[in-house]
Amino acid sequence: MNTIRRRFQPEQIRELVLIALIIGILIFFGTQIDNYFSPRTFTRISTSVAVIAVVAVGQTLVILTRNIDLSVGSIVGFTAYIVGTILSINNDIPPVAVVLMAVAMGAVMGSINGLLVAYGRVPAIIVTLGTLAIFRTVLVEISGANSVLTNELPRWLVNLPPVNAFTLGPLDIRLLFFLAVVVVIIFQLVVSYLPWGRRLYAIGSNPDAARVAGFPAQRIIFTAFVLSGALAGLGGFMFLARFGNITVVAGQGIELQSVAAAVVGGVNINGGLGSPFGAFLGAILIDVLDNSLIRWLAISEFWRDALLGLLILLAVATDTVIMNRLRKVWARHELQVSGDGEPPVEKGGAGYAA
Amino acid sequence: MRPDWSIFRRWEGLLLILLILIVGYNALSTPGYLTVGNWVNLFQLSIEKIIVALIMTFIIINAEIDLSVASVMGFSACMMGFLFAGGMPMEWAIAGGLLAGFVAGLFNSFWIGIVGLPSLVVTLAGLIGYRGLAYVLLEDRSIGEFPAWFDRLGQQPLIGPFPLALIVFFVLLIFAIIVLQYSGFGRYVYVIGNSKDVARYSGVRVRRTKMILFVVSSTVAALAGILYAARLGAVRGDMALGFELDIITMVLLGGVSIFGGTGTMWGVLLSVLIILNLRNGMGLANFSGHVQTGVIGVLLILSVLVPNLAGTVQAALKRRRARTVEVVAAE
Repeated sequence: MNTIRRRFQPEQIRELVLIALIIGILIFFGTQIDNYFSPRTFTRISTSVAVIAVVAVGQTLVILTRNIDLSVGSIVGFTAYIVGTILSINNDIPPVAVVLMAVAMGAVMGSINGLLVAYGRVPAIIVTLGTLAIFRTVLVEISGANSVLTNELPRWLVNLPPVNAFTLGPLDIRLLFFLAVVVVIIFQLVVSYLPWGRRLYAIGSNPDAARVAGFPAQRIIFTAFVLSGALAGLGGFMFLARFGNITVVAGQGIELQSVAAAVVGGVNINGGLGSPFGAFLGAILIDVLDNSLIRWLAISEFWRDALLGLLILLAVATDTVIMNRLRKVWARHELQVSGDGEPPVEKGGAGYAA
Repeated sequence: MRPDWSIFRRWEGLLLILLILIVGYNALSTPGYLTVGNWVNLFQLSIEKIIVALIMTFIIINAEIDLSVASVMGFSACMMGFLFAGGMPMEWAIAGGLLAGFVAGLFNSFWIGIVGLPSLVVTLAGLIGYRGLAYVLLEDRSIGEFPAWFDRLGQQPLIGPFPLALIVFFVLLIFAIIVLQYSGFGRYVYVIGNSKDVARYSGVRVRRTKMILFVVSSTVAALAGILYAARLGAVRGDMALGFELDIITMVLLGGVSIFGGTGTMWGVLLSVLIILNLRNGMGLANFSGHVQTGVIGVLLILSVLVPNLAGTVQAALKRRRARTVEVVAAE
């Protein structure tokens, strides 16, 4: 037991539990659905998880600081639509410029949120509820209710979703999924090791203490919102690549899905706890459930939202009830260790913030 | 005696001025604007949201939030439609719909009050889950053909020019004002919103108050959902989708702090009137529904940003004045 305690932090155990849960669900549906364990299932789930995962990582950064970004759904729709329109007018823009354009567009919208929250001292839930409506309104107005059509887009973009980054045995790792994984890894490293990332946890755990300690809290919160917007912009590009046909309501509901992914993945809604990797696992769990319920014949596919709601509740309930108890065990153990004169246990892991 | 102008420095005063400006503009530009018929119409178009905004005021003053109300509206109405389509008499189907809302409220308050989860998460799960249950009940069907008396209750005036929903709203409004502003329970709601810990140490039953509020919230939402069904004459799984944002906006614009503890029912009433008249005025001036939503979004942000900035400026002025006084005193 002591070795386990020394090796893992409670949050890492939580992520292991999440992985075990995903595997359990996969095994369960494997017995229920014919031909479930096929490369096609993997391709289907990995393709649809990519967009949500990228947006959920940005959402995680914001939630870590005890804020929330409800405007991401409109940012995804906005960038997907505008980038799509620009591309259908001019097919020759190089791909890298297209991605940068989407990210920059998202970052600008995120910076509006960040300015109002960090420097205008308006609560994040109010700002992003407002911008959720405002960004969508601007989109509807400038679009004139036209749609982006697949056949107007450049060929490279339309052909992007089936492109493989590489293959792993029979499994195809799609480029878009690979991109999402890269984003998750980068931000996992950022919040684990960079001072900026550690300060996100500090601000979220105790804003007053962080301010007293002299952290530039306003600037850090501002940057978190800009990054959330930028990642939502990237998500918008991936959305465009995946669907091709974009209407003005594109991306509606992604704000709640990203919050759900983060919360199921163990990101505490009150800030200071959780990690991008956890949010990624949360997104996968939700998507596996979603994709499998559609194919499961025992119950109607209409059950999926009801079950998803229950899943979120159970995930958060385990988080508060069980994790609080685990953390107490860990803390007591550390006290004992330091009481014996031994050096205190090394504190690692992105989740460690309490 | 000098007149007391202090009301205009309060939030409600600002709202009142804004309301008078908007109504004045509408009345001058549209003949027949100030008739009872037009105002009944005005209310009737979003009466269900307004009814739910009353109880949402309690919840937000209590420093909680209920994101699940719109889904509960849809769920209860679908439950009613489901029972009716299954051959139950309409009266029992309505009771079943209300019961569904009551149970949803019990479920929410169990997780919030007993397990102790944040209401934002519980009701976010409810927002997804109850909507899901509505789809489970009706799948992609639509159920209509309700008895004629039910549709008539939703669409025709009941007493004088007022339809049932409007009468329900007035009764609930008076009740809400009395409970929130003039009763012990209302004081508890404020005290808990200001500081949960102080309230608990003072012997206020925090958990019970919160649980009552969430049960009432879902039950009122169920009632609103059924009134909505009566007005539309049919129910579908996606009924009232996205209403929670409009409802919360109404409350926040009324000067209720998202952190709890401040705000009044009067402010919310004024903000409801402003939103109704603004939407109506913009509708008459041929702005689309999307623009109206956008403008209300801007208004929502400004409603917090402007007082914040004003506070900053005021503090800076005070500091400068204090410094001047010091300099003068030193000389």
